[in-house]
Amino acid sequence: MPDGLRLDNLTLWRDGTALLSLDLLVRPGEVTSLMGPSGVGKSTLLAAITGQLPPGFSTKGDIRLNDRSLLGLPPQARRVGILFQDHLLFPHLSVGGNLAFGLAPTIPRRDRRAKIEAALDAIGLTGFHDRDPETLSGGQKARVALMRMLLSAPSALLLDEPFSRLDTDLRDQMRRLVFSHAAERRLPTLLVTHDAADAEAAGGPVIHLPATQ
Amino acid sequence: MRLPPALPALTILALLGPVLAGLWGTLSAALGHLPAAGLNGPSLIAFQALWEWPGLASSVRLSLGTGVLATVISLVVTMLLLAGWSGTRAFRALLGVLSPLLSVPHAAAAFGLLFLIQPSGWIARLLSPWLTGWQRPPDLLLVQDPMGVAMVLGLVVKEVPFLLLISLAALGQIDASRRLQVAQALGYGRVTAWIYSVFPALYARIRLPVLVVLAYSMSVVDVAVILGPNTPPSLSVQIVRWMGDPDLTLRTVASAAAMLQFGLVALAIALWFGAEVLLAQTGLRCAYRGRRGSHDRMVRAVGFVSGGVIVGAVLLGLIGLSLWSVAARWSFPDVLPDGLSLRSWQRNGTAMLPSLATTFTIALAATAAGLLLTLGCLETEQRRQLTLTQKGLWLLYLPLLVPQTAFLPGMQTLLLNLDVDRSLGAVVLAHLVFVLPYLRLALEGPYRTWDLRQAAVAATMGASDNRIFLTLRLPMLLAPILTACAVGMAVSVGQYLPTLLVGGGRVQTLTTEAVALAAGGDRRAIGAYALAQTAAALLPFALALAVPMLVWRNREGLHHA
Ligand SMILES: Nc1ncnc2c1ncn2[C@@H]1O[C@H](COP(=O)(O)OP(=O)(O)O)[C@@H](O)[C@H]1O
Ligand SMILES: [Mg+2]
Repeated sequence: MPDGLRLDNLTLWRDGTALLSLDLLVRPGEVTSLMGPSGVGKSTLLAAITGQLPPGFSTKGDIRLNDRSLLGLPPQARRVGILFQDHLLFPHLSVGGNLAFGLAPTIPRRDRRAKIEAALDAIGLTGFHDRDPETLSGGQKARVALMRMLLSAPSALLLDEPFSRLDTDLRDQMRRLVFSHAAERRLPTLLVTHDAADAEAAGGPVIHLPATQ
Repeated sequence: MRLPPALPALTILALLGPVLAGLWGTLSAALGHLPAAGLNGPSLIAFQALWEWPGLASSVRLSLGTGVLATVISLVVTMLLLAGWSGTRAFRALLGVLSPLLSVPHAAAAFGLLFLIQPSGWIARLLSPWLTGWQRPPDLLLVQDPMGVAMVLGLVVKEVPFLLLISLAALGQIDASRRLQVAQALGYGRVTAWIYSVFPALYARIRLPVLVVLAYSMSVVDVAVILGPNTPPSLSVQIVRWMGDPDLTLRTVASAAAMLQFGLVALAIALWFGAEVLLAQTGLRCAYRGRRGSHDRMVRAVGFVSGGVIVGAVLLGLIGLSLWSVAARWSFPDVLPDGLSLRSWQRNGTAMLPSLATTFTIALAATAAGLLLTLGCLETEQRRQLTLTQKGLWLLYLPLLVPQTAFLPGMQTLLLNLDVDRSLGAVVLAHLVFVLPYLRLALEGPYRTWDLRQAAVAATMGASDNRIFLTLRLPMLLAPILTACAVGMAVSVGQYLPTLLVGGGRVQTLTTEAVALAAGGDRRAIGAYALAQTAAALLPFALALAVPMLVWRNREGLHHA
């Protein structure tokens, strides 16, 4: 029974001081925006959800995805996809190779190529399979990174200021692409942003984090 | 998955095992315990024999004097170069030539220098007979002089590139250019500004490598055999002579001398620490006085000329070696040979092939084992979120701080007692001791600066730690890994003493063969062997540059690395 991503009385601690506290539910297909001054711990919160907290940080409370606690699970088992403002494409793999990296290994070899070509079509990059990612434009790289993450079939989506490196036109286009894919897959999505326009475009609840004392 | 710390444990064993076992072997042989020679200690006979050896005082003086002098000169030249020129275009040009010289084996560089400065060398030929009037090589002690001046020069030309490259890596971490800017803005001359504002921070970071240079220079054997005096030689050379004597009882004397060598290096390091304190106090007092030292053109010039002379000496030396290896008749005051011929290559070529094969076998085995251990350590530390501490750094440098002539004789006598000396495997283990620290130093930076967010993203897509290591980290680090391998290979190719002593004289590499030719004076053969040795050390670097360019030719994102 998928009920989304739930932060259950979650408090983020850093060396014994509380950074932020949250209690919220992101329903499937809904985008919740998280806004707040830089340094309050938004990125760290996302790291707590993916299971990659840096040393010195800890959490209290629970993180649940579709009624399963994520705490104690390694990042690989959490099925939480994340996008950053840097595309972080792997420079040694082709565009197709990057997408294949995301695709679950259970998909048999004969189907993989077709899936990847279809994914390229879906982001308007037909014929880009063998391209060097470095030769792509910023917008194209962002789309590949999005699709790579979606191909790994996540159950929730985390976005850490993913549009802030793009210029205005591209930003609009990219927002629509991300949000439509998230809605189509009914993914609970948590968006961290500085830009009120991002939150507005997301159309979901907006949470303002206060600056830490 | 958390790796068990098996690889770090193995690495520490590979680093320290031979050193500690070797020291133990040396100590017990020095105390007269050598069953292979029918001797059962403990006794002080060996130390007594050493004490009665008439050459003792001068060989001790020679080891201490040349070692300390070579270290001081190398450090001063390096610092003058950096103080006067770092960041300038002239400096970058000099560096471009200097860094490949780092991998030229010590023996080859020493032979090149020998061919340059000996009485029948190039410099004498260039000046004769028009200036000197010499029609035949003069009877001067220009090399193998009793003071060891030539030997010091031979060490300096190799240690300056080493210290320079180590320093450059450290300078990036201490924001050197801004320190210099601030001090210069206060009116200090460039050299003074650099010495007051950059040197203290830099020295703290290169202190261990400087001590390595000290320990190495004091106990070097190949350079001393080629450029140092013979009667008596430096203590380390005498140790090797005794170790090679058919009379096995002399190995106890060699071991006693090795313990003395160990003590000498320890003493020199202690003196060095004392000098550091004195220098720091003097420096602080001078800085307090606030003299600007703005007329530093002379000092800068001295620094640059020294750097240029070093580059010139090694390059001309290598050219001289090449020329000798293909020279037909070449009589004394002629600057160039009468003609060229491939005779000496034909004559030595076939004999060279087996040593070439052995050289590469040992180098490949030691580098492969070392790479496995080093990557295993780095990856385990990464997954357990550990970083190399100051203590760990000392551990890494320890095998380079213990003089080779102190623990390798013990390794040989231990193997002799176990009846397994002369094996290639033992030689590889001995090489591994020296290859491991350099592999780690070469990989530490690239491994740590690899963008961990790549791993984080991959993990959220379900990739396991092992998959991230094998399919992301290793391929992206291909270039630095191959460079580290080239460093490891060059270190192994250049090793003389571990091959000679642990191989019991039966394992022949290009280096042992080349050094063995030193006494004979067949310049054509020396030229050929030294050149082959240099090529063997440089070839891996060429591959390390070429392979990533080829493999990643269509991947622009990896080209800057
Ligand atoms: N890997 C880390 N190690 C130690 N401190 C960190 C690390 N990452 C972030 N911090 C610190 O944690 C706090 C929160 O950082 P972050 O989550 O990046 O804030 P935000 O994303 O809201 O700007 C900051 O004070 C930052 O300096
Ligand atoms: Mg952030």
